[in-house]
Parts: sequence; C-alpha cells; structure tokens
Amino acid sequence: MTSRNRKAVIGTDEFIKGIWRENPVFVQVLGMCPVLAVSNTAINALAMGLATAFVMLMSNTLVSTLRNFIPKQVRIATYILIIATFVTIVDYAIEAISLDLHKSLGAFISLIVVNCLILGRAEAFASKHRVRHAVLDALGMGIGFTLALLCLGGVRELLGDGALFGVAVFPDGFEPWIVMILPSGGFFTLAAWLLLINHMQQRKEAKTGRVQEVPR
Amino acid sequence: MNEQTLWSVFVNAALVNNFVLAYFLGICPFLGVSAKIGTATRMGGAVMFVMLVSSVCAYAIHHLLILIGVPFLELIAFIAVIASTVQLVEMFIKKMSPTLFRALGIFLPLITTNCAILGLALFQTNRGYGLLQAIVYALGAGAGFTLALVLMAGIREKLELATMPDVVTGTASALIVAGILSLTFMGFAGLGA
Repeated sequence: MTSRNRKAVIGTDEFIKGIWRENPVFVQVLGMCPVLAVSNTAINALAMGLATAFVMLMSNTLVSTLRNFIPKQVRIATYILIIATFVTIVDYAIEAISLDLHKSLGAFISLIVVNCLILGRAEAFASKHRVRHAVLDALGMGIGFTLALLCLGGVRELLGDGALFGVAVFPDGFEPWIVMILPSGGFFTLAAWLLLINHMQQRKEAKTGRVQEVPR
Repeated sequence: MNEQTLWSVFVNAALVNNFVLAYFLGICPFLGVSAKIGTATRMGGAVMFVMLVSSVCAYAIHHLLILIGVPFLELIAFIAVIASTVQLVEMFIKKMSPTLFRALGIFLPLITTNCAILGLALFQTNRGYGLLQAIVYALGAGAGFTLALVLMAGIREKLELATMPDVVTGTASALIVAGILSLTFMGFAGLGA
C-alpha cells in the first residue's frame, strides 16, 4: 500500500468509526441528557442532532487549529468557552429560523455546552490531531449522533403518536402508546436499542469466536 | 416576576418535575455513581451545595448582564461561573474540612460538567424567579436529584444479587430501572400545581 493510499484509509476511518464502531450514543453512551430529553419526536431529534454536530464540527476545528497555542493548564476552560460561543450562535440561529422549534427544544439548545461528547472529542481527539482529521472525526461523530437520535425519535414518535415527521403513518384505529411520549419512554426506547446492539455484538462474537474490544 | 409560592416551587423541582427523571438532566452521574448508596448520598449532597451557590450567582449575573446590556453573553458567563464556583468550593472545603474533602473525592470536579447545574441556572432565568424563589428552587432540585440517585442505588444494590442474562447487564438494565422509576414519579403530577 502506498503512503498516499494509507493516508486516505486513515482519513476514512476517522470518519466511519463515529457512525458505527464507536457510535457516541449506542457504544460510548455519552451525551445522554439531550438524547433522552428531546427525542420525543423525529423532527426535534433531527434538529438537536444537527445542532450538536455543527457545534462539534466548529469546536473541533478551532481546538485543533489552536492546539499548539492553548496552555495545558487552562485547556479545559478554554474548550468550554469555545464550545459555549458556538452554542450561543446556534441558539440565536435556531430562534431566527424557526420559533416553534426553538420553543420545543427550549433550554436544551443551551445545554449542548455541557454535552460531555463534545468536550470529550475536543480533549481526546482534536487537541492531538491535525485539523483535517479533527474535521473528519467531528463529521463522523456528528452523523453518528444524529442517526442515533433519529433512531430514538423515530421509534418514540411512531409508537407514541402514530406518525413520523408529523405525517400520520398508522390507520385511525391505532391506539397511541402514551408512555412513549412521556419521559419514561425515552429510557425504555434507549434500553431497547442497547439490548438489540448488545445482542448483535454477542452473536457476532459467537460466530467469529473472538472477543471484540468495545471502546468505553 | 413569577408569582409561584415557595412551597410549590420546591415540590415542583423535587418531585413533579424531578430533574433526573422528568427533565433528563444529570443522567451521566445518575448512571455512573449510582452503584452504592453511600457514594450516591455524598454525590447528592455535593450537587445540592453547588446548585445552591451557582443559583445565587446565576441570579446576580443575569441581572448584571441585563444592566450592562449584553444578554447574549449569558451562557458563556454561566458556564465560566459554574466552573470557577466548583473550583472555589473545592478549595474552601479542602481548607475547612479535609475529612469531607476526602469523602467527596473525585465527585467535586465532575460536577462542572453536570448538566443539572447549568440547567438549573437556565430554567430559573427563563421562568423569572426572584432570589428567594431561586434559592428554594435550587434546594428542591438538589433534593430531587439526591432522592433519585439514592433510590436508584438502592435498587441497583439489590439487582447485583439477581441473576440476569448477559445481554441485559450494564447500562441497559440501569436504563430499564430508570424508566420504571420515572413512571412511578409520574404519580406526583398535579401535586405542586
């Protein structure tokens, strides 16, 4: 393999790993608060996922650009300030685009600041890698996060409201499962997805006969 | 200005809209530190204390920033103040009571990234609580957080003894327990209205 080829492979890997192998929600179980809180409808979940992905992309880029200038002792505080700046931008942008969406997401847009996933990526990846890789990493993690949120939001809206993205899916006779819209539905749906993924992982291990390392 | 009575603010924050089980704030420590009742209680105490201090600070900052005319700096100011409050509290406790400091251990610095604290500051500003209401709100939220954490730890200590299939162990079982707890807390709805 030529060196250019290998570089390309590394780049794609940074991108792919966030979507499936190290999926932030299902595998790393990070950033749970927004995942559970705003996944009651698919559209909320999508908006939250995109907002988080944008903040992560921008903060990863900036942190990686400034990685040689930020003193070690105050790095966490600096990262949090960088993240808070972009979250403020997103907050005002969403308010300008759609007031309804801003109302239904509420304080959870501001709470992106304390999403441990974003700070985790800044500290564990962006502060140690080149800008190009940090951007790919943020894109992969962002897409993985958004997909996971959509998985939850889709199931909850489908069962709790009989609709998907606000469009009725089931015939009139469908009795909606109210519990899915309630907070406890979030816990149950996430637990169900985790069970499914654990089960698939175990079956794969049994088939290949080797234990796969799950990054925690 | 919000006209809720102090009692209803407290009940609302602690039971009806419990921070962990209804608002999903502070899920990370809820799942992480809820294995033993002892650690859960201490963590709850530490969070409650930081909530109280940062709630008062958030009230002051909100009014100060409006006075200067830069409300868009609110989020940045809140997070900076919470981080430094945690640091100050840590140094203060270390100086005043080394025993308590050792007991709290790693939990104090971890509180900075606890979304329940920032959530509290944001909610109290959104609802326009007065100073006294804000303090009671912080107390209620802290009590609710501790209650949820201790209940969860109690259940998980018992679960340790049960035999469960491999697939369910770990986060998945904790989430199912949390879901059932959250369902029971629905029973408080309407209490503080």
